[in-house]
Parts: sequence; C-alpha cells; structure tokens
Amino acid sequence: MHGFAYHRPDSLAEAASLAAGIAGARPLAGGMTLLPAMKLRLAQHPALIELGAVPGLAGISADAAQVTIGAMTTHAAVAASAEIAARLPALAQLAGGIGDPAVRHRGTIGGSIANADPAADYPAAVLGLGATLVTNAREIAADAFFTGLFATALAPGELLTAVRFPVPLAAGYAKFPNPASRYAVVGVFVARFADAVRVAVTGAGPCVFRVPAMETALARDFSPAALRGIAVPADGLNDDIHAEPAYRAHLIGVMAARAVAAANG
Amino acid sequence: MSNPTGIGARILRKEDLRFLTGRGSYVADAKRPGMAYGVFLRSPHAHAALRGIDASAALALPGVLAVLTGAELGADKVGGIPCGWGITDRHGAPMKEPAHPALAQGKVRHVGDPVAFVVAETLEMARQAAELVLVEYETLAAVVGLLEAIRPGAPLLFDEVPGNLCADWALGDAAAVEAAFAGAAHVARLSLVNNRLVGNPMEPRAAIAEYEPATDRTTLWSTSQFPHVVRLLLGQFVLGIPQHKLRVVAPDVGGGFGVKQFHYAEEAVVTWAARRLRRPVKWVCERSEGFVSDAHGRDHVTEAALALDEQGHFLALRVSTLANMGGYLSTFGPNIPTNLYGPLLAGVYRTPAIFCEVKCIFTNTVPVDAYRGAGRPEATFVLERLVDVAAAEMGIDRVTIRRRNMIPKEAYPYQTPVMMEYDSGDPAGCLDRALALADWDGFAARRAEAAKRGAWRGIGLATYVEACGLAPSRIAGRLGARGGLYESATVRVHPTGDVTVLIGTHNHGQGHETTFAQIVSDKLGIPAERIEIVFGDTDRVQFGMGTYGSRSLAVGGAALSKATDKVILKGRKIAAHLLEAADTDVVFEGGRFSVAGTDRSKSFEEICGAAYVPHDYPLEILEPGLEEQAFYDPVNFTFPGGAHIAEVEVDGATGAVRLLNYVAVDDIGTVINPMIVSGQLHGGIAQGAGQALCETALYDEASGQLLSGSFMDYAMPRADMLPNITVETHSTRCTHNDLGVKGCGEVGTIGSPATVTNAIVDALSPLGVTHVDMPATPNRLWRLIANAQLPVAAE
Repeated sequence: MHGFAYHRPDSLAEAASLAAGIAGARPLAGGMTLLPAMKLRLAQHPALIELGAVPGLAGISADAAQVTIGAMTTHAAVAASAEIAARLPALAQLAGGIGDPAVRHRGTIGGSIANADPAADYPAAVLGLGATLVTNAREIAADAFFTGLFATALAPGELLTAVRFPVPLAAGYAKFPNPASRYAVVGVFVARFADAVRVAVTGAGPCVFRVPAMETALARDFSPAALRGIAVPADGLNDDIHAEPAYRAHLIGVMAARAVAAANG
Repeated sequence: MSNPTGIGARILRKEDLRFLTGRGSYVADAKRPGMAYGVFLRSPHAHAALRGIDASAALALPGVLAVLTGAELGADKVGGIPCGWGITDRHGAPMKEPAHPALAQGKVRHVGDPVAFVVAETLEMARQAAELVLVEYETLAAVVGLLEAIRPGAPLLFDEVPGNLCADWALGDAAAVEAAFAGAAHVARLSLVNNRLVGNPMEPRAAIAEYEPATDRTTLWSTSQFPHVVRLLLGQFVLGIPQHKLRVVAPDVGGGFGVKQFHYAEEAVVTWAARRLRRPVKWVCERSEGFVSDAHGRDHVTEAALALDEQGHFLALRVSTLANMGGYLSTFGPNIPTNLYGPLLAGVYRTPAIFCEVKCIFTNTVPVDAYRGAGRPEATFVLERLVDVAAAEMGIDRVTIRRRNMIPKEAYPYQTPVMMEYDSGDPAGCLDRALALADWDGFAARRAEAAKRGAWRGIGLATYVEACGLAPSRIAGRLGARGGLYESATVRVHPTGDVTVLIGTHNHGQGHETTFAQIVSDKLGIPAERIEIVFGDTDRVQFGMGTYGSRSLAVGGAALSKATDKVILKGRKIAAHLLEAADTDVVFEGGRFSVAGTDRSKSFEEICGAAYVPHDYPLEILEPGLEEQAFYDPVNFTFPGGAHIAEVEVDGATGAVRLLNYVAVDDIGTVINPMIVSGQLHGGIAQGAGQALCETALYDEASGQLLSGSFMDYAMPRADMLPNITVETHSTRCTHNDLGVKGCGEVGTIGSPATVTNAIVDALSPLGVTHVDMPATPNRLWRLIANAQLPVAAE
C-alpha cells in the first residue's frame, strides 16, 4: 500500500470540508473495494476520510411509505432488519447475498452505491425501486444517479448520507452470481407500484439500466409469463470469461422472470 | 480393536489442536534477527527480450540493500534451476532441456517470470523500490496455446528448441494397436481438452534464508513438500553449497497439492541473496503473484480412439496428447504427462493393446507440473469419457460395457500392455457397491421428476486406477528419474518408552502426525499420545524424498513399519537376556515381551530402561540404546482404484449445474485412520469437482496475459457447491508392503473430474450432447442447450 493521510472526522460538516478541500481524497466507508485496490497498489490516494466516527450516518428507519437507510449501514444490518423484512423483503434478501459474512459486516450501502460497480447488487435495488439518494448537499433521483462505469452524479467531495426507498406493493431480486467473485453476472430487481412497474438490471452492462419493454409488459400483467418474447439486445452488454453478451442477454430474461416470481411469492 | 490408537482407529488428529487454534508455525510467521525483506519484480509480458535494467532510482531509495538481476546471477556463477526428471523421446533421444535461470537472462518467457529481486530493510521499502526499477523490454510475439505452439512459424521460446518441442514421447505397441483398429467392429473417437489449473494452496509460498559466517552454514526455511530434495538440488546444482553446510527447514505448511513439491527459482534467489548480503532475507509470495509463479497443473489437448468388437469388448486404445510444459521445465514437469499418464490408460480394463504418444510443448505460460493426481486424472478423464462415448454410440449400457471389460479380481496380479503390473484390486466389487449406494437403478424416476421442473438430470460414473506410492527407484530410474524414490524413518525409543519418529515425508495437511503414530502405536502397543512425529528439517531427519504422489504412507509408512520391526527385534534380544530364554522363544504382544508358553514377561518400558541403563545387559553381543532406522524402496507402485458416481442437475434456463450426490467407493488397501481417509476423499473430490465445474487458468491468446489471475475470476470450488459425499472403502491389500497400504491422497481428484463430467453429459444426452469440455460453466452448457434446441432446417 502506498502511503496516505488518514482523517477521521467526527462531524458531517468536517468530513465534507475535508472531502472538498483535499484534492484526490477518498471517503472511506467499509473499504471493501477501496482497501483491496490500495493494498494491491492498483489505487493510490493522498488521503482517506474515514466516515465511521460521523454521527447519524448509520441506521434504518421506516414507515408505511418508505424505508430510509443511512449510508454507513452495513449489508448485514440491512439483511437482518425486521423493519426491512416487513416492508421490503427483497432488499433484505439482496443485502444478505452480497459477498460473504465478513464483507457484509464491513461493507456499507453508501459505499456500494457510491462506488457504482457495474456488477454490484445495490444499484439494481436503487434503480429498480426508484430510490432517492440523499447527500450532504441535495437529493438525487435514482434515474439520474448512475451515469456510467463506476460513475455517479456525485460531485467531487459530495458525500452520500442516506438512501430513501419507496415501499412497493411487491418486489423481487434474482441474481446469477459470478462463480468466482459472487458479484452479479446478471441481477434483476423488479418492483411493482400502484402506478408502475420498474425493472433494473445490474451486472449485464457497463452500468445498471432499466428495461422499459419489460416494465410495460409487467404493468399490464405482473407475471413471469408476461415477459415471454421480450428479448434484450446483446449489443453493448459485458463480455468476459464468465459470460458472453448473448448469454447475459438471455439471463436478463430468466432472472427477470424469477424476480417476478419471487415478488409474487 | 484391542488398541484404541492402533491401525484402523478413528482417532482425532493430533495436529488439529494447533492448526484449529491458530498456533501453527509457518514460514511467514518467522522472524530472524536483522532480517531484510525481498520482493520479486516480474515480467508483465509473456515473451520479450530484456534490453536493459536500470536500478539506479531504486537503489537510491533509503533502506534499499540490493537489486539483483540475471547479470549478478551470472557474475556469481549461480546455476540454473535443474529439472529432476529427464525423459527420452520415442527414438531414445534425450528431451530438450534449455537453461532455466533463477532470474531472467536475455529473455522473459511468461507473465510472472522473475526479472529482479529487490531487497530492503522493510517490505514496504522493497515494494516501493521495485516500482522504480526500469526494465526495458522488447516485446516478442507470444504463444500460449498448444495447437498454436506447434504450428510451423510459431514464435519460438528457445532458439535451440525447434517447434517448441521438448520431447515426442511414446509408449505401447503402435503396430498392434493399428492392427486391432483395422479389424474393429466399432471405433469411438473423442477430442478433448484437459483444462489448466492453479493449485492455490491456502498458504502462499514463502522463504527465509540466513547465512551464519561463524559456522559457514546456510539455512533456508521454505514452504516445501520435500526439504531434503530442495537441499540436494539447491546445494548441489544451483549454489554449490556442500550438503552438510546447508539446512532446509519446512515447518508447518498450509497445503501443497503438488504446488510445493518443486525446487523453485525463488528459493534459490532468496538463499543466494542472503549469502551475498550476509543478512537474513525473507520473501512471502502474494496471492496474485502465486497465480503467475506457482507451477500450474494439467493443460492437455488430446485425440483418443477406442476400438471395440461387436459385443463392446475393448480391442485397442490409441491416445495422442499435446502437453503444456509452460515456459521452462519445472522439477517434475516432463514426467507428469508421460510416465504418470500413458501407463494409466489401461484403467481397470483388459484392453489388450494401447498406444500413447505425448508431445511435450513449451509455451509462454507459467511452467506446468504436478497438481494433485498429476497425470492420472488426465488419463482417467480420457479413458472414462471415451468408454461413455463408445457405450452411447454402440447402444450398450454404460455399466454393462464396463463390467464386460473389467479385470476380474481373480486375474490379479495383472500385467497391462502399458508397463504396469497391478498387484491387487477388485474393480467390480467397488462398482457394485457404488451402484447400490447411489441407487443407480432408481435414477430414471429422479430424472423424470426433474424434467417436470425444467431441469436436466444426469448420473455418471467412472472407474479409475492410480499408480502411486512413488516409487520403485529402479523403475523410476529407467523412466528418467534423476533421484531415488525410497523413504526413510528413524524410530528413537527413549529410556522411558516414549518414542520420537524422524521421517523423511512432509505433513502439510494429510494428518501424518496421527497416521504414523497409529502405526507405531499398533506395533509397540503404546498409546499414540506417547509418539511424536518429526519431519521437515534436514538437520533433524536423516534423509527423505518428501510427500507427493500419495507416497507418504505406502513408502514412508512402510519404512516406519520396518524401523519399528527392528526395534521389536532388538527388544526381543534384550528381553531374552533378561528372561534367560532364547531370542526365538520371546514373543512381543500387547506391549509385553514374554517367553512363549510361560508367565515370564517384561514390559516394553522395562526393556527400554534396560537398553539405556545396561547394568544387566548382553553388552558382548548387543549395543545399548534403542533406536532403529530403515530406508525402504518399494518393489512396485501401489494401485488404488475404485468407482465413483455423481448425480447432477443442469438448470435448463441458465445452464447452471448442481452437484446433488456423490458416491466414492475406493480400494486403498489397509486403512490406518478412516476419518483421515474420509477427509482426504472429501478434499480430493472437491478439487476434482472444481476442475469439472469451475476452475480454469485461461490465457489471452494475443497478449499471453492470465485472464483468471485472481480469485475474482478464478473460480475455486466452495462448500455450497458440494453435496454430502458418501465415502466407503472396498479394499484389497497391497501385496508388496507389509502394512498392505496403497495411499489415498489423490484418489478423490483422480476419479471425480470424469465422474462429474460423465454425469453432465448424461444429463444433456437427450439433446444430443456427447461431450462437454471442462469446466462445464453455465455459459458453456447454455450454449450447448441453446444450439441443440435451435430448429433444424429441413434438408
């Protein structure tokens, strides 16, 4: 690991000021992606701003309409939350399927979303549920948040503080894991609301994306059968040693149907 | 069983307490006074000429002690890394054996080839300095694939090795095979790839070396499966250190699987650096570094054909294989796809004529050598896949065709047409039991039920035979071994009757500290707790060839048995004196020496005491003390065998395989500790299933980069991939060692790739699938399913 300055602010204001004031500084949440990259000497940052001592960033609150999760809340806490299990069980299931127990007890929802790994699980839920991303400066709609490969709408120095998920009528997540990393080769999050259905796909492309044709079909008939015949083009999908684009395109259909089936219980 | 810690007892492993409580002592844990730290700078290119190395910026950093390169190696006249096995080609000519410098000289030949060794006061300083070493490479066209490497005009790794051909090896009677094919009613053919694997032991490799000027002695601590062999190769061939001035210690080692049974360049460089710098030097391999520097396994491309008569009797087998050696010859590299492959192709069948030819090929990849099973899983895969193909083509049941060709129990000892004489076995007995345990006859109903759920269910079986207990030195010498393959053991009986065993094998997870203690416990009638097994230190243990090739029990255990017998023999003489009887009248049973037919006896402890306090002792004819040693060289290989059955389901929508059931019935000879045998089988089967389902070391053909170079992309088998595994033994005794043991370390890995693959092919056989290459990844199976379900155009 290359050397770096280590800051551990105890207020959000100080964290934001450090983040804005030090060129190249990186906020450190659970460190499950950042630290391995630094240990492998693949990433070099002049400063890390550790967010663990900032009060109020971790925690879950919920009412009938929405579930709000603090950015520093661990995957394990989301997976084990009774409030989330009661309102958004698909999200608890998703969190429980990230990485391994060690990762789930260190890794955080805010870190995962801000990192915007194209194969991470949480972006599918954020986009699939149409969540609101709360930062120290503003609120960002999910549809405007993920902008590309490891890229988000967060400005330099802007800190994600919480995620607000609307509670759907039903939701489901189905993931086909990479056999080595257990990241999503394809993960599909499906949510049914009173007025619409949202379908978000992670793992398959350079950035999480929605599938409007599936959303329209499922809005008419929220059943796996409604997805028959809807093909997602393979063009532009990821190609690696685990899955060719055509296979990923095929898996989107399979995982979407399984997510719908899961949502329907 | 009279002795609760004797042979056959299911006792807990003595070593587990320290391993399971984090108290093992590994090389990476050790610190020496004044120790410096080294890192290797490795080639990022698969093939390149070295035009220059500028270390000035690195050397200018504070704390940097040295940047050593191939130039310093040359100046110090350090020898190349030797190959331990020199095979000959089909015409009797020696294999091509180009030099293997410990640090690259002139050229780099694979990604990961070490170019420089940077030593500094701290590891962090060494890493920083390594980033400042400027290496000027002139990249050359690289070749990583076997078929590409033998093409005319392919890039050459060594100017002196035309066609990248190390050796064109052959075994068997080609004319007899051709004649049999000419008259065959049916010929089954199969082209297959045996996928390259990375061993990935839990503990990465590591080395510490220290030179003591006062005694002119050098010590190397290394993660090795065979410290005495490292001492010999390193001292005699690489650094020119006399054997009595060099000590090699392999303390606790966290798994090997073959990866640690070679003499590596890094061991030599660390030792050389410590002597040059007069400082202890430590190097610990990073995981990502291990992917490109630990010897890899397998990597074959094979064409095979089986000739049969109308009834499905095997008439002849012809196998033609290209085997990847990588960029240099590793210690046993050329031996694995030849001597440990061709002679195994008879399997458990009476095939009268077999011909096997193997071309060993250099490519711009990490050197390939033994990995658990080493040649024998590859042979089993060819044979058992081909038998399934033949059965399907001829419409003969898979079990029936195997039974029809099996060597009957009564026919042992059995001479195969490919060198081996099997001493004992009962393949049909293993098969019968496996079929019963797997409920083979009830499978059709399970397949029908799965089909209703959209799943393709399959069942597969494979039989196998393994040649292990490596090895009879005389035979190995004829086959090109440059060393002996015996083993040695010393049984040191203390005056109190407690025992220390010094043995030349190495325990790195196999449970030897327990198994070997059980053998001595059984023979001497003392509890295993009173027996300590010492290994892994050339200063403590007399000599040894180490642990690999499932040899530890069959060769090391046999040496231990002989040494223990010598203790008993001497004890009888002492007892005869004390009991005033003839030696021949003294019997030793249940820990007591007694005069046959009388009630006069002495305990084992009384005899031990007398040996060391010889006040009343036959000093005229017998030395005091009670310590005996045996070197044991086996007269033959041992031949474990068995039948394995796997049941799988393939998800029709995704191509994902679930391994639902696995049954292994193995003939491994006498079982010393059934629990340890089960553990060995579980681990071996997991590794074989890993090869069949997910593991693969993939190189990019254009760049020569290792694509699956980390655990993010190299898929290891995991607990949640595996079903409960049913393990039973159905043993016949080995006839040529007095314990009757055969070995069980590799059998799981030998039977399982073919077994699992046969089950997957069976699952997809309704779609017309006849073969699936390993690993059977979901993408690969989805392609097969999708292609099979495409509408066929009307002709």
